[in-house]
Formats: sequence, C-alpha cells, structure tokens
Amino acid sequence: MTPPSTEARARGSRRTDEVVIEVKDLHVAFDGRPVLAGVDLRVYRGETLVIMGGSGCGKSTLLRTMIGALRPNRGKVVLLGKDLHALDEDGLDALRKRFGILFQSGALYNSMTVGENVALPLREHTSLDEAIIRIMVKMKLELVGLRDFESLVPSQISGGMRKRVGLARALALDPEIIFYDEPGAGLDPVVAGVIDKLIADLSRKLGVTSIVVTHEMGSAFRVADRMVMLYEGRVVAEGPPEAIRATADPLVRQFIHGEPDGPIPLRRSKTDYAEDLLA
Amino acid sequence: MRVLRAAFEPIGRSTLALLEYLGGLALLLWDGVWWMVVGPLRGKGRIRREESFFQMRRLGIDSLGIVALVIFFVGVILAFQMAYVLKTLGVTEYVANITGVAMTREMAPLLVAMVMTGFSGAAITAEIGTMVVSEEVLALETSALNPVRFLVVPRVLASMVIMPFVSLVATYIGIAGGFFVGNALLGIEAEKYLSRTLDSLKYKDIFTGLVKAEAFGVLVALIACHEGFHVTGGAEGVGRATTNAVVRSIVAIIVCDALFTAFFYYFL
Repeated sequence: MTPPSTEARARGSRRTDEVVIEVKDLHVAFDGRPVLAGVDLRVYRGETLVIMGGSGCGKSTLLRTMIGALRPNRGKVVLLGKDLHALDEDGLDALRKRFGILFQSGALYNSMTVGENVALPLREHTSLDEAIIRIMVKMKLELVGLRDFESLVPSQISGGMRKRVGLARALALDPEIIFYDEPGAGLDPVVAGVIDKLIADLSRKLGVTSIVVTHEMGSAFRVADRMVMLYEGRVVAEGPPEAIRATADPLVRQFIHGEPDGPIPLRRSKTDYAEDLLA
Repeated sequence: MRVLRAAFEPIGRSTLALLEYLGGLALLLWDGVWWMVVGPLRGKGRIRREESFFQMRRLGIDSLGIVALVIFFVGVILAFQMAYVLKTLGVTEYVANITGVAMTREMAPLLVAMVMTGFSGAAITAEIGTMVVSEEVLALETSALNPVRFLVVPRVLASMVIMPFVSLVATYIGIAGGFFVGNALLGIEAEKYLSRTLDSLKYKDIFTGLVKAEAFGVLVALIACHEGFHVTGGAEGVGRATTNAVVRSIVAIIVCDALFTAFFYYFL
C-alpha cells in the first residue's frame, strides 16, 4: 500500500512491507449496540500507526480487540501471523510475550516497587539470573529516564512517571509491537511531549512497531508514519500525516482542527426531540 | 396465566441467577485448584510463595488480635448463658463441658470465619476490584500472567493454611473465656473445670472444627476474589462489590455450617 511518507522517512521510519497485524471486517457489539462496524486495517512492521477518533468512536474497543481482551462478533485479527481469536490460552500467552501495551493510566502493580514492576515479566517469563534481571531493569528504566526511581512505589511518583514506568515494563521482554492507549491523556504538555519523543525514539532506535490510539492531534502528528481515523465504528480516512493534514474531507478536517461545527454532530440522540418531549 | 407468570418469573429468575453465581464460584475454584496443583506440575507457572506467605500474615496473623478479643467474650457469654439454665438443674459445673464442645465444634470456626470476612474478605475484594478498575488485571492478562495464578492462588492458599490455625488458637481463647467465668465468677475449681473440658472433648470434635475452618477459609477467600474480579463501574463499583462480598460470604458460611453440622451429627 502507501509507502512511508517523505516526512516519516525524514524522521527515520523503519517501516517495511511485512504485515504484522491484519484486521479484517471486524464487528464488535455490546448488548446489541454496534461499536465496531466492519473495520479493516493493516499494520506494517516498523511503522508507527496512529488510530484517531473522537470519544465513543470505538478506538479503545478496537485496541482491546487487537490485543485479545475482547472477542469480536464477526471478523478476525491476525497478529504476527496468528489468528488471535482462534488461539487457545497457551497459544495466546506465547503471542502475548511478543507485544507490549502501555495502558492509559500506566496500570502499574501498586503493591510492587517500580523496579519490581519492570522485573516481573522477566522473572516470570525468562530463566535469567537475578543479577542479569537487575541490570536489565536498570537498562529499561534508563530508556525512559527513570533509573533512579527503582525503589519507589507507584503511589510515590507522578502520573507521567507512572506512564513511563509502564512503558519500561511493556518493553521488558523486547516486544515486536507496542500498543499505546491514549499516551498523552491526563499529562501536562511537556510530559506528553516527552512520551511522544519516547514513542518516536523507540520506533527509530529499536525498530518497534507502534500502534498509538489517541484523540490528541498534536501528539498524533508528531509520532505518526501513517494515520487512520475511526468514526462510528468504521475507518473513514487513512494515509500519511501530510495527506491527512491536507485532506478536503470535512469530517477529518473538523476533527483535526477541533471545530464545533461540521459533519460530526453535537447531539447524539437519534429520536425526534419534539416527539420525545410529547411522548 | 399472567398471574402465574408474575408469581413464578421472579423465582425462576433468581434461581437462575443463584445457579449462575454458584457456577462462577465453582469455575473459579476449579481454576484455582488447577493453578495450585496441575499448573505448577506441568511447569506452566509456579505458585508465588512469597506472596502466599505475605497473604497468610495479612489474613491470619494480623487478624489474631481481633479474633482473640471477640472469641474471649463469646466464651464469657456462652458460659453465662449455659450457667443460667444449668443452675436450675444444680449442675453448673457442666458449663465446662458445654463451652469446650461448643467452642471446638462450632463457635471458634464460625466466629473466626465471620471476623475474617469483615477483616480480610472485604480487603481482598477492594484490592482486586481496584486492580480491575485501574486495568492492572488486564495488564497481567496481556503480559501472559494468569490472574488466577497471580492473585487467587496466593489468597486462597493462604486462607486454607491459616484458617485452621487461627481457629485452633481461637478455640483455646474461647475456652479461656468460659474458664474465666466458670472459675472466677461461678466458683468451679480450676482443676475440675479443666478436666471436665478435656474429658468431654473427643478427637472428632477437634477434627470437625478444623474441617469447618478449612471450608470457611476457602469460601471467604474465593467469594472475595470472585466479587473483586466482577467489579464494574469505577470506585462506586468497588464499594458495591465489597458489600456484596461480605454479605454473600456470611450467608455462604452460615448455610455451609448448617450442612456440615447436620452431616457431622448424623454420620460422625
């Protein structure tokens, strides 16, 4: 499909033509209410794909289905060559060790120190020596700039730091893919910028494939090699950042510029107002 | 027809809900036992020993003080109530026999389970519930760390190990409460009180008490974990689940106790 954009290449994108995630005709509904209505998507090894869309557009649901936490009603997700929802628990676990997730709040284990959080996947999934694990923890924490905070517990550090530790933990097993769920949510602009830089760095230095789910446009344009916009459970736009920025599509324009007026309605009610009042 | 429907529909619905709940508990128990025995044997993941010891301390040792306080006074109450009846028959010294047997067979395991429900059951639910809300449980799952092995096994295992122990300690303290009333207030000689207590107790009394303690221990931990995993809707959901855990545990303990007591009465 689309080659890496000139802008992305200038940033040092390491995108290849190998498809690592393929989402096919994905349908997810909660209690009969459709949230995803036929999403098709491909992610290439080494690229940073931003999935954007307003709240309620289904981007979190898409993320959760892509990591195997939700089961689709129809369609499938092929992750690293495996049909995700056809795998048994063992197969799924083997696959889970190959990708990492940065959760919205960091999702650190609150009963453990920062160091223990990062060490946990290594202790549980490798037979490495404790001395080596200790060195690896320091290396992962250094990547996110928090090497001195190893012995603190999550409640003692700030929200931005918790996210960075969450990222260090996601990196523990050297994953091929990292999913970022709203990486900038709840952070001040400087810290959000730091996280964006980390995302870009990881992709460039380690060649990690990144999937970033966000509604923050500044951040989206900073990290993306390619962007996908989701609206009402469908992909409505797809392309490199410069194409998205220059688009004539009023829906996309309204979203990236944050305009209150446009095709995206303020009111979500589908019933007639007058009828509803008189009922 | 409509009347019949209105009368029976709620019954059917709550029966189904109850069965579904019990099924959920049974599945969790099965999963827990699997990860306690089969999983480690097949090398799928060891039991977290340190965490289990930590939970033993939290569930058992930390609650000993409050358990001791409660059960001592239960011993006192029991002795007074028995003396009230036995005095009219002129056999006050039987307070020793009854207190000893009742403590060992019934009161100690039951009250320890009740205290545990409020003390540690609620805490387990709140802890796991908060982990669900803050995506920690999802983080475990997606890191290929089974939440049952990680969270349920240490808690249920700790409860299984520690409950009979706490119950045994509670039995002693409860008997001491009865002894205090019998000896200091009702004037039964110390030696007589103790020999009566020992004479009336059989091994099977101790055994049945321990079996109950074990069963209650599993119930409290299991229900608490189950409620925790099913939290929905943020902080409010955690609060609701905690209340549910306590209420459901108490009901489960009492029903289970009645079944055990009837069984032991007829078959042991």
